[in-house]
This record gives sequence, C-alpha cells and structure tokens, in this order.
Amino acid sequence: MAPLLKVETLSIAFKTRKGDVQALHEVSFEVAPGEVVGVVGESGSGKSVSAYTVIGLLDQAGRITHGGVEYDGKPVEGRQRELRGREISMIFQNPRAALNPIMPVGQQIGDVLKRHALAGRTDARAKAIELLKQVKINDPEERVDSYPFELSGGMCQRVMIALALACSPKLLIADEPTTGLDVTTQKATMDLVRDLTKARGMSVVLITHDLGMAAEYCDRIVVMEKGHVVETAPVVQLFTSPQHPYTQKLIAASPGPRSELADLTGGLPEAPPSIAPPRKREPGPERLLEVVDLVKEFPKRGGSFFGRKPAPFRAVDGIGFQMMRGESLGLVGESGCGKSTTSSIIARLQDATSGSVVFDGQDIVQHPAARFARMPERGRIQMVFQDAHDSLDPRWSAAEAIAQPLRRISGMRDGGEIARKVAELAEMVGLPANLLSRYPHQLSGGQKARVGIARAIATDPLLLILDEPTSALDVSVQAVVLQLLDRLRRELGMSYIFVSHDLNVVRLLCERVIVMNRGRIVETGTAEEVLHAPKDAYTQKLVSAIPHFEPERLRAS
Amino acid sequence: MEKLSRIGGRILQAIPPVFGVIVITFLLTRALPGDPAVFFAGLMADDGTIAQVRAELGLDQPLPVQFVYYLGDLLQGDLGNSLTTGQPVLNELAARLPASLELTFAGLFFAMAVAIPLGVLAATRPGSWIDHLCRVLVTAGVSLPTFFTGLFLIYVFYYLLGWAPSPLGRLDFLYLSPPPVTGFYTIDALLAGDWEVFWAALRQMVLPAVTLGLFALAPIARMTRAAMLSALSGDYVRTARANGLGGARVLWIYAFRNAALPVLTTLGMVFSFLLGANVLVEKVFSWPGIGSYAIGALVASDYAAVQGFVLCMALLFVVVNLVIDVVLTLIDPRVGLES
Amino acid sequence: MAAIARLRYTMSENPLTVIGFALFALLAAMAVFGPLIAPYDPLATRAVNALQPPSWAHPFGTDHLGRDVLSRVIVAARLDLGIAFSAVALSFVIGSALGCLAGFRGGWTDRIVGRLSDTIMAFPLFVLAMGVVATMGNTVENVIYATAVINLPFYIRVARAEVAVRRNAGYVQAARLSGSSDLRILATQLFPNVLPPMMVQISLNLGWAILNAAGLSFIGLGVRPPAAEWGIMVAEGASYIVSGEWWLALFPGAALMLAVFCFNLMGDGLRDMVDPTRRT
Repeated sequence: MAPLLKVETLSIAFKTRKGDVQALHEVSFEVAPGEVVGVVGESGSGKSVSAYTVIGLLDQAGRITHGGVEYDGKPVEGRQRELRGREISMIFQNPRAALNPIMPVGQQIGDVLKRHALAGRTDARAKAIELLKQVKINDPEERVDSYPFELSGGMCQRVMIALALACSPKLLIADEPTTGLDVTTQKATMDLVRDLTKARGMSVVLITHDLGMAAEYCDRIVVMEKGHVVETAPVVQLFTSPQHPYTQKLIAASPGPRSELADLTGGLPEAPPSIAPPRKREPGPERLLEVVDLVKEFPKRGGSFFGRKPAPFRAVDGIGFQMMRGESLGLVGESGCGKSTTSSIIARLQDATSGSVVFDGQDIVQHPAARFARMPERGRIQMVFQDAHDSLDPRWSAAEAIAQPLRRISGMRDGGEIARKVAELAEMVGLPANLLSRYPHQLSGGQKARVGIARAIATDPLLLILDEPTSALDVSVQAVVLQLLDRLRRELGMSYIFVSHDLNVVRLLCERVIVMNRGRIVETGTAEEVLHAPKDAYTQKLVSAIPHFEPERLRAS
Repeated sequence: MEKLSRIGGRILQAIPPVFGVIVITFLLTRALPGDPAVFFAGLMADDGTIAQVRAELGLDQPLPVQFVYYLGDLLQGDLGNSLTTGQPVLNELAARLPASLELTFAGLFFAMAVAIPLGVLAATRPGSWIDHLCRVLVTAGVSLPTFFTGLFLIYVFYYLLGWAPSPLGRLDFLYLSPPPVTGFYTIDALLAGDWEVFWAALRQMVLPAVTLGLFALAPIARMTRAAMLSALSGDYVRTARANGLGGARVLWIYAFRNAALPVLTTLGMVFSFLLGANVLVEKVFSWPGIGSYAIGALVASDYAAVQGFVLCMALLFVVVNLVIDVVLTLIDPRVGLES
Repeated sequence: MAAIARLRYTMSENPLTVIGFALFALLAAMAVFGPLIAPYDPLATRAVNALQPPSWAHPFGTDHLGRDVLSRVIVAARLDLGIAFSAVALSFVIGSALGCLAGFRGGWTDRIVGRLSDTIMAFPLFVLAMGVVATMGNTVENVIYATAVINLPFYIRVARAEVAVRRNAGYVQAARLSGSSDLRILATQLFPNVLPPMMVQISLNLGWAILNAAGLSFIGLGVRPPAAEWGIMVAEGASYIVSGEWWLALFPGAALMLAVFCFNLMGDGLRDMVDPTRRT
C-alpha cells in the first residue's frame, strides 16, 4: 500500500547565534494508512522537529537543507495551510496552555469547523457538543461553554483531541500528548486516542520519550538519536531483538516491572565505584522515623466577597508510618496526593498543622521550620530536589553550591579544608573535578543532579529525602543516577524516602512502598507486593495504568 | 449574575485606595508650612484673633478629630474656598474639569490610534526595520519633555508655518462657546450642529492633544509589542494554526484579544502619566483646565485650591482604574478567580 | 570575562545602547566639570547682549538677560542629574528593602507594604509630586523627596515580585536545608538575583526622575531662578517662542531630551543584557 506520509532524507538546520545547527540528518520514515508509528528518542534527538516540518509549523529560524516530506504522494511544501486541520492535525503537550484561555472551548471547536466549511453559524455549537461527546466529556452541553481554566488537564487534552479530530483528518500527529498528566489520566487519554483513530481508520504519529507508551500503542517504532534515525522496526521485533546499540541502551535503561537496577546500564556501571570506606554509624534507636497523625491544611482563598471562608484544603489528612534505620521507603501517588507536602514537612521546610514527626528519638515538628534551619539536627535530614536546575542558584558555581552546607552546618571555615571536602564529595557522586568551577547553566541535567546529590550528602545525613530526583532526566541518565543513589545509600548507611509517581522506578530503590491518594495512605507493603499484587482498588488502577513493554508479553501476544 | 458579583467586588476594592488618597491629601493639608491659622487670620491679626481662627478651623483639635471634620466637609462637597477668587473650590474645579478631560481623552485616543497598530506591526515582524523604527520612535517619544514638545510644535506649526491657530485656550475668541451639555466643546458643537465651532475647537485641540499623545505612545506601543509577541508564540496560537485556522483570524481573534488584556492594564498607568503631563501642556497652551488652575493657585499660594486639585485628580484616576478593571472583568473570564 | 564578552556582544547587536552609554559619559563630564568647561559665567547678565541668536561667540545664543545659553545648559547638568540621582538612590534603597521584605515575608508585611505602594500609585504621580512640593515647601530638597516618593512603588513592586517568585525556588529551599537563616538567604541568594532587574528599573527611572524634576521647575516649583536648570530655562524661553526666539527654549529642552533619551537607551540595553527574552 502506498504510504500516506513519506519523510525522505530530510535535513533541517536551525539558525542560532552561534551559527547554523543541524537538527536533523537525512531522516527518513513512512507512515502507511491506518498505521500507528512511534517516534522515540531522548531530549535533543530531533523527534519533534520532523513533525513540525510535516505540518509546516517549524520555527522561523529552521529551514530544510535536504530532502522533503510527501503527503498522499505529493510534496507538502507550500500547501500545508490547506492540509492543516483538514488532512493532518496535531495535538500537543501541556494541553491547558494549548487552548485559547479567553475563549469557550466550544467556540474554539466551532472556529475550526467553520474554517473548513463543515459547520455554519447555526450548527457549530451542536457539532461542537457532538465532538465533546465523542471524546467522552461528561455534560458536553455545559462544558461547551467552559473556559480552559475551568477544566482539568486531562479534560483540556480531550478538548484538544476533539479539535484535532473535528474535520476528520487522515493523519494525527501527537507530540508527547500525555507529558505532565498523571499516569491514570495518561492511560485514559491514550486509550481514547487509540479508539477514536482506529474507528476512523486514521494514521497516527506518536512522538514520545516513553518506550512503554510507544510499545503499548504503536505498530512500528522509529528510534532517533541526535537527529539521526538509528533504527526502524515493528514493535515486537524492536523490543525482542533490538539491532542498534543505542536502541539496546535505551531499552535497558527503561525500568520495567521486573528489571533490576544493575540491568539498567546493561550490567555495566558507568561510574567507577567510590573508594570511600563504608561509614561507621553511631548506634541509635532502631526506629529512625515515626510519623504520627500528620495533618497539613492550606487555607482556601476566595469564596464570594460576603460569603463565609471556605473550609481549608487538607493536603495531608492524618497519615502515620514508621521507618527503620537504613531502610529505603517509597512514597508513591499521583499529583496532589500529598506526597510532596509530606516529604517537605519531614524535611522541615514546611510546618505541619498538627501531628508529630519523631526523628531519631526527637519530635522535630515542634521547632518551626524557620528555626530548624539553624539547629544541629538540620544536617541529619537532607533532601534532593526534583528540578536539579531550579535547586541551584544561577550565580553560584558547583563547588560553591556543594560547600554551602559545609560552611553553614558543619561550620567549616578553612578554605583549603572545604575545597578538599568538596573534591571528595564530587568524586563520590562521579562529578569530574574540572566541572566544579562551572555554573549551573554550563552543566548538563545529569551533572546538575550530581551536584544536588553531593550537596545533600555533604553533612553526612541519616535520612535523605529524594523528591522525584530523576523525573526531569532522560532515561539513560536516570539509570545512572539511580545506580549512584543506591550505591551511596549502601556505602554511607543512609535511609531514603523516595518520592515518586513512577512505581517501576521506586521498586528499584525501595524495599517498602507507601501509596498515597488524596492526602491519605491507601496501601503499604513491600515493593513487589504493591506492584504485582495490589490490594487497594486505587493501587490496582494505578498499577494497571503504567504502560509496559515486556518482551515476553509482546512475544506472546 | 456571577459577573455582576465580581464587578461588585471590584468596586468594593476601590474603597481602600480612595481612603488612602483622602488620608494623604488630609495630611498634606496639615503639613502646610507655618501655622495655617496665622495664614488665614491675615497679616494684621493679633494673638486673640489667631486663636479664634484656629478654633474656627478646628485646628486646636487632635489630628484624628480634625480628620473626621475633614471627612464631613468632603462628604458635603466642601473643599474650602479659593483664596484668590473667593469662590468654592469645588465649583471652580467642576467648571474647568471638562476642558482637561476633553484634552486628556483626545491625547489618549491619538496615542492609542498610533501606538497599537505600530506595536502589532512590530510584533508580527520582529527584527525588521519597522520593529527598529518602532523602538526608536517610542524611546524618543517617552524622552520628550511634554512642555518642550508643546513649545516646539507651537514654533513650527504656529510661528513658522502658520497652520495652527494661536495657542491660547480652547477656542479662538472669534467664536462663541457652544451651549454646554457635556462640557466637551467638540461634542457640544456637534450636538448643536455647529460645524464651524466644531472645526475651530478641533483645530485648537490638535497640537496639545498630539503633545500629550506623543508622551503616551511609548508605554502603549511597548506593551502591545510585548504582549503580541508572547501571544503569538503561545501554545494556543500554535494549536489554532495546527488546525488550519487562517492568518488573520489567528492574529486578531486568538493573539490580539489575549494581548489586549495586558495592554488595557497598562492604560491605567498611561492615564496617570497623562494626567500629570496634562498640567504642563495646559500651561504651555494656556488651556483653561484644572491643571492651569492649579498652577495659578500654586503661584498665589492658594492652598485650598491646590489640595482640591490633587484630590480631584486622584479620585479621577481611581475612577479610571476602576473602569479599566470592570472592562477587564467583562472580557477576561479568569479575572478575580486566580488564587 | 564572560560578562565582558556578553557586554560586547550586546553592544554589537544593539548599537543604540552604545550611543546611550556614550551620551551618559558626555553628561557625566558636563556634571562633573561643568563650571570649568562653560565659556561664560552662567549667571552674568549683560543687557546689551540680550536675545542674540546663535553665533560663533554664543553658539546657543543669549537669553533675555544676555546670559550665555550654552554655559547655562552645561552648568545645569550638575543640578538636574544631581536631583535625579539623589531621588532614585533614595527610592532604590527604601523601595528595594521594603519590597524584598514584603516578597519574602508575605502575610501582613506584604499587605501593609502593598497598601502603601497602592496608595501612592492611586495618585497621578506628577500631581502627587506637585502636592508634596507645594505643601512641604518650595525647595530643591523637597523636589528630591517628592520625586523619591513617586518612584518608590516601582522599586517596591519589582523587588517584591522578583523575590516572591524566587521565595520558594529550589535553590532557596536548598539553602534552608544547608542551614542558612532567612536573613542570610535574603542577602546572599535573593537580593543578588533581584539586582539585575532593579538595575534596569534604575536606569529607566533616572530618565523619568529628570523629566519630573524639570516639569516641577517648569511650573515654578523647586529650583528658583536665576539658578541654571533645564526646566526653568525652557519655562523662561517659553514666552519668546511665539515671537520667534527659539534658541532660548530649544537648547535646554534638547539637553533635557538627550539626558532622558540616554537613560532610556541604557535601560533598554541593560534589559537586553539581563534577559534577552524579555526585550520589549
């Protein structure tokens, strides 16, 4: 069958201040009618650039230097305006921002229908309602008049799907459509896209960094690295016998429900194990942390001018758990479940509304967060942040950032001594010494994560709280950072609270897992139990929503 | 209904600024150099008379009590009497306010008519010659001292070219002012159907309005450009394009409507500049508005008149901001709901 | 080194900024060496010489009292720039302290500081300055105070907004974890990061402060004749415009314009350097 879309030896260059940068190198792939093709790669692989070229929305600085794109046997060049919406349409990430904030969603759908002469002034609204119904939005008659800010992220994504499918195009390009959405919403959205496009016999190009999602929803996968297509293969073949080393590395690095930490880098640890001798810890109570009936309320703003104050929002609703010395505990849940609030109260960055946190035999929530910063206990609970970039002061070099707790908490004054200690910490986290004088914007994501970890372990803490430390990293970098964290824990005798939305990642690092939903703990158990035999209904939903690629299962099907 | 309650909320929110304005004007009154009682009692007064005047003015009372008196006077519309004319300040301000308003609105209208298209053009062609031109023009515009621009325009268009009428007031003495309805000469002339007077009033107003407008060009054009740039690079514009919507519709309905919100907010600030610049322009063009009234009062040390003027301007500005807020509430569904 | 390279890059990208800095150097020289450069005594009157158009002896002509306009324009730089700099320095120090505090502490501090700046902003600013000078007394110091007061809200707002967005930034949290007190965080983490946008504000404000001070003296507030000051000189020359003696008002007005233009160009240039994406 003749391909619907044909990208042939496409090269794109971007004009930047430092001269031309080649974003794509002779990229070729095809999409057959009705086929779902996944374009997979890490950040900077050029996976989105090719899609933007197809639809003619490439940045003004970008231009085609070689090759081209054919749609339905004819070059798209110069006729993208008529193709867009009618023949090819696109959905994007960050759905809330992708809708016009001051126009009701129904009117936005109507606009597209009218543009393609599929509706007039009178029937646009009825057709918009019909489309909203098709994307399974409840109360479409009411929602048609809603503004995007009144809808949840998942609903906004559905509206965008309705927009994209309004004129029954033959090709849908989905650019990371579920990034930033919770895992259960992600599954619902992708199932919807699959069902709707299948029913209409449409072709789909799914651009994603998530191998699991590509495996679950695509027929064929194109793997890209640094602007090159390195491998194209049907799904089963790609995952069962990947040919290119980069594909192999990528597949190995993506944590699945059965992978082991050592497998992530193909059995080869990337950083040499540190030479630091295991720490001798002073003996203390066996129970390191006990959280009792912890509550955190946030006052709700607004209400009407004369009305009563609305009841406060309970982000953390009376939770309690214990943790042993040297244990590693996972705190799992979707956004808004209270896991980050809990961890930041334990880290003493926020004050609790009520309840207690007994750390090493002492109730630490008695001291207000502002005062805790200057107490000696400060050094014993440390934290690694989700966004490594944001957690580094742009005006401080890596060495200065790592030295900060040494000066403030450990009270070190001597410059030479501090420099020696910083160098030692950098070596422990595998940060090359020549990078220590660099500023955050001169470091890569993985390097910044290492700086953050080095700073957190500088005061030799008993408890390290890891707040989604790898969620902003590419999978191959994530693999290395996870191995590093695991090694540090064993060598330094620390305990971890690992906060994450990703059960597969948590399982690699933690023995025990706590699942949270709406401020409460819904399930506790070993990682294997929770992942493979969840008891609570919410946990079951959460686990089943994780996109999997398991070569064994794919082969069987 | 929901909109109405939000508008009600906006109006209530205007109360604290009004209160703040009244407190500050009150404090300014009491900060008069020297003893106001001596001042009001006159040069020939002895100690007894001064004490009597002080008691009459309520100046022997503690400050909070004085403030209550002041509030009471304000509520009755009593701003005191002008020292030079003996007339109530309120009446004099009311008689001159339309002249100032007509000029300020004309200036604002001119500025918006030039600046908004310029900003949109610059934003749709960033880095082009029109973008650079826009930048140079607006920077030059905001750097011009209004009183200097006014004089320069008079020199060129009145003295050298003779195109403009003599820069003295709202209407050449050949004409009679139109029957007052709104107090705006141009509008009143139109209402009376008197085209000749309309043209005369308009000719008289062109130079001062342009002088004012030039000063307001920069902030409006800058904000239009910035807001349009950010709207055009917004994700929702990309979505609209990806669904095949045409250039004009994307530009005006999707990008410009969103960009109009910050521009409208900026107009409040612009109006503050305009009301200030208005004072200077009125002096240069002998425009009989409240600005030139205030300058006359300053020269004559007529404090009641100056206070009345400051209060009047501030209240005017509060009302303008309120109107802008209400308009914003009407067009932006999110206003007042963000938390 | 990187900063210098960036400076040079911005300069080559935007020649207008170079013009701005060059103009600033010229103005600074006039302010510092004014009386030494001026060819005549700026206050010496000679009735026979009154209202001479520009000539070789008097490049900018003479005024109604026969004083040399060029000398007066040069000497006035010190007074005009002095007023502007003192006023902006005052509002920068007070405004950024209040703003940082409000942004960092939030709650009541924020509300009180916010009310204060809202109340000032509720006045048309030039009108408030008029009111302040009129009632506090017609002196140069009071012009400085009045200009400082009306500039205050801008600094409060910029400092408050910049601190508030960074208050919960990761690196501030990290500093807390590293045992820094609030005051230290404010001084070492927040204030240095707030400074660049404040520099932009200072540069733009300087131009505005000059305009305000000149505007006040134009309507007879603040500086008194016979002192040489650009606003007064324009006011004195105003009545001669309609009879064609343009040089009295033009040259001081042009000097005023150039000074404001220079600060605006510098502010724009600084803005580009601080944040290229926010160029407007």
